[in-house]
This record gives sequence, C-alpha cells and structure tokens, in this order.
Amino acid sequence: MAVTVRLPGQLRQWADGQKQVEVESASVGDALQNLCSRYPSVGERVLDEGGQRRRFVNVYVNGEDVRLLQDDSTPLRDGDEIIIAPAVAGG
Amino acid sequence: MYARGLICRVCGKQSELAVRYYCDACFGPLEIDYDYAAIRKQVTRGHVAAGPDSIWRYGALLPVDRKPVDLGTGWTPLLRAERLGARLGLRNLWLKNDSVNPTFSFKDRNVSVAVNTALAYGYDTFACASTGNLAGSVAGFAARAGLKSYVFVPSDLEQNKLLSAAVYGATLVTIDGNYDAVNRLCTQIAEEYGWAFANINLRPFYSEGSKTVMFEIVEQLGWEPPDAVVVPMAGASLLTKMNKAMHELVKVGWLQSADTRLIGAQPEGCSPVVRAFASGSDDVSPVVPDTIAKSLAIGDPADGHFALRAIRDSNGTAGAASDAEIVEGIRLLAQTEGIFTETAGGTVVAVARRLREQGLLQQDERTVLCITGNGLKTPEALDGEIFSTIRLPRASLSAFEAVIEEQAA
Repeated sequence: MAVTVRLPGQLRQWADGQKQVEVESASVGDALQNLCSRYPSVGERVLDEGGQRRRFVNVYVNGEDVRLLQDDSTPLRDGDEIIIAPAVAGG
Repeated sequence: MYARGLICRVCGKQSELAVRYYCDACFGPLEIDYDYAAIRKQVTRGHVAAGPDSIWRYGALLPVDRKPVDLGTGWTPLLRAERLGARLGLRNLWLKNDSVNPTFSFKDRNVSVAVNTALAYGYDTFACASTGNLAGSVAGFAARAGLKSYVFVPSDLEQNKLLSAAVYGATLVTIDGNYDAVNRLCTQIAEEYGWAFANINLRPFYSEGSKTVMFEIVEQLGWEPPDAVVVPMAGASLLTKMNKAMHELVKVGWLQSADTRLIGAQPEGCSPVVRAFASGSDDVSPVVPDTIAKSLAIGDPADGHFALRAIRDSNGTAGAASDAEIVEGIRLLAQTEGIFTETAGGTVVAVARRLREQGLLQQDERTVLCITGNGLKTPEALDGEIFSTIRLPRASLSAFEAVIEEQAA
C-alpha cells in the first residue's frame, strides 16, 4: 500500500529535509521499518536498539493513536497518512 | 538566572537552553536543569520569605531571567480543614486552594512561566491545547502581555470554560474530538507555525511552574513537608513536577529530606495512570475518556510514566472515583469548607475519601488536598443536583414564617 509518513521537525534533517515520506507497506510496523531502513538516522531516533518503538514516540494512522488500534499490526490502505509525533500532553 | 540548560528525562543528554521540547536522540521530554550548587550558596529560605507574595518568590528555581509579566499568580491559601477532615476521617487535613489564582486554576503557575518565556524568545503569538483551564490562562496572560493568542479545545467543553478563554480576546478553536486529538493536532501546528505553544514547544519552561505549588505548601507549613499530598492527574505533569520540587528543595538545602507521599487521583472514566499503578506496570496504556471531569479527560498522559515512578518512589498510591463520587466530593468540599471547586477538585476529595476508607491514607497523616480549579467553570457537573431553596410567592414575613414553621415540624 502506498502511504504517507509525516515527520516531526527534528527528524526532517535526517530525511533529506523532507516533511513527509512515501512508503509502500501493509502494516504500521512495516511502514516504520521501511522508513527507518531508508533513513538510518531517523531509525536510530524512532526505534531502540531492539527495534522497538521508543516510549515517547507516538504514531497515528489517519489521526488515530495506533495503540488504540492494532499497534504495529494495524493494516494500512492506499492513501493512509501516518503521523510520527513526540509524546506530549497536558492541558 | 540559575537555569543552565536542558536535560533529557530519558537518556540524560544535555543541551543548551532553547525553545525545544523533545530530545533529538531519543524523543524523551526535556526539562530544565539548574546550577543547584550556586543556589545553595547564594539563596536561603530567608531570601524566599522576603520575596513577593507570588510564585516569583521562588524565582531562583524558575527559568525566567526578566522582570516578569504577572497577574499575581500563586501564594494561594493553605487552609486547615477540620470540618472536611472530620467527614473524611483525616485529623490533619489541609487544602491548597488554587482556585483563587488570576484565571481561577493552578494553570496560571505554568502559564506565568511560559508567557515570560514567549516574550524572552520574541514570539508574537501565544497558544495551547487545552481541556479548558489552560485555555483561559493562556488567553488571560496573552492579553496582559500584549500577545495574540490561539487556544485549541475539544468542542464539548463546559460553556464557562469556553467563555473564560474567549473573553480575553483569544481566537478560540474548537475541535470535534477529544483532548488527545486536539493535542496531536497542536503538536503538528506547532511544527508548522512560529507560535509559542505553552504546553508543547515551551513545555520544559511551562511545566516548571507546577513546582511552585509544592514549594508553597512546604513553606506555608513552616518548611515541614506534609506526609501526603493528593494531586489530580490529567497529563500527570503536576504530580511529576511536585516530585521534582521536593527533590530540588533538598538539593538547594532548604529542606533536609523529602519524604512526602505523592498520591494521584483520576476519574474512573479516565484512569490510565491509576490502572497502571494497580497492575504494577511501568507503561501507561492510553484510554478513550468518558467522564464528567473534563479537565482530567486526557486518555494518553505523556507524563504518566514519570508520575508512576514518582508515586512508587515516594511510597504513595493512586486512586479513582466515579462521576457520582466526584459530584459528591464537590458538594462536600463546598458545604464543609466553603470552597466551590470544579470536577478535578471533586475528584481529589472523592479519592481521598476512598483511600481513607481503604486504609491507604492514615488518619493522622498530615495530608494536603490540591484543589486546582474553580467550580464556577463547570456548573454543568451539578446539573440535576438538588440544593436547599425556599420559594416565597411574595415578599411577606408571615409567608416566610409559615415555611420555616413547616420545615421545623
């Protein structure tokens, strides 16, 4: 599936300055792996040494937190938008 | 200024003081680091006592290096609560009444720091994602500072919370979605617009303001820390920062030791931190909130992980209360102590009651309940409640006497 991954500001310098990257992936975990292998410096920041998403990295598919969906197994459809954002809350 | 840099709360990486909020190595949240040794040498309790009757008496431990724009935030009353204590079975109970801050909630503590950060770094627009109280505070302080403001809130907020932001001239952006969705959108907007979002890109500065409630409690108790504080948790930043405050008081030599038990309170309809505490987990799983306590309706509390650690390290605990108990908590506080709080305060009273009943708060513990907001902002919470009234058909003494006699009979 062709999906768009939107990057937060501090990651863009590690992805040739792009705000968003297109990847072909069937699931969220797959999309993150594809992104991180294409841009290893993004990968170091998003995934820990064991390949798990870091605690303060939030991922959304079409605005929904993947932890409220099927996390890394969440299936993707053509045109889906993945957002990577730092975890920050309180208001 | 004693603030000397930013430090990542996860990996410890240090960086210079700047408007940044997450670590460029691991995405961990950043917080302010101070030159504690210098404060220890140069600033005493006496200096604090001679300071203004506001949060700025603790300026050494705040990251502001300018004459602050201020509305008189902080140094709110710490009240002995014997009547409520008798009802709850707590003999040494105090209330920290933050509902009397300039915009009627504890958020003024955070925003007082954030607005001065926005000014120091030359921003012209001040903004936030909010469950209500923060929106009012950001809007009020923006007006005071001469900044434009945008406040983003869920569209189902209580009417008075919307009004108490809009009245200050803020652009009120209401979004059909819960707070977590509003927050996620605002992290994206903060990336694209050069605005100062109090609780996003200014967050390391903003969150420092929460420490001042703990500083005040300790100072108002004669520099004797309480045995326990009961704190409402939404994003769980307040409890986390009260913990930082306790440790800083020791680092700068104003206290010998910090052993106050930190107790977190959430509504049952949004209690991800309480659940994680009960299950022994270090991770907080997000929930979809469903509660009348809208100011606490954050399903994905980003500071939950740190709050759990602070609660456990301090030998504290965490509890939740149902919507009905929260309403009863609001009534009980109002009718025993004369303080009308919003749903977050009702949650704190209700959780204290439950924990006392469960033996998790001891009757002699010197306990402080943090009353963080004002009840006039959430009158909807009391819809359907029946209060004692007398209706007279005309202004007649005999009509009044007849009713009183009837009641006495």
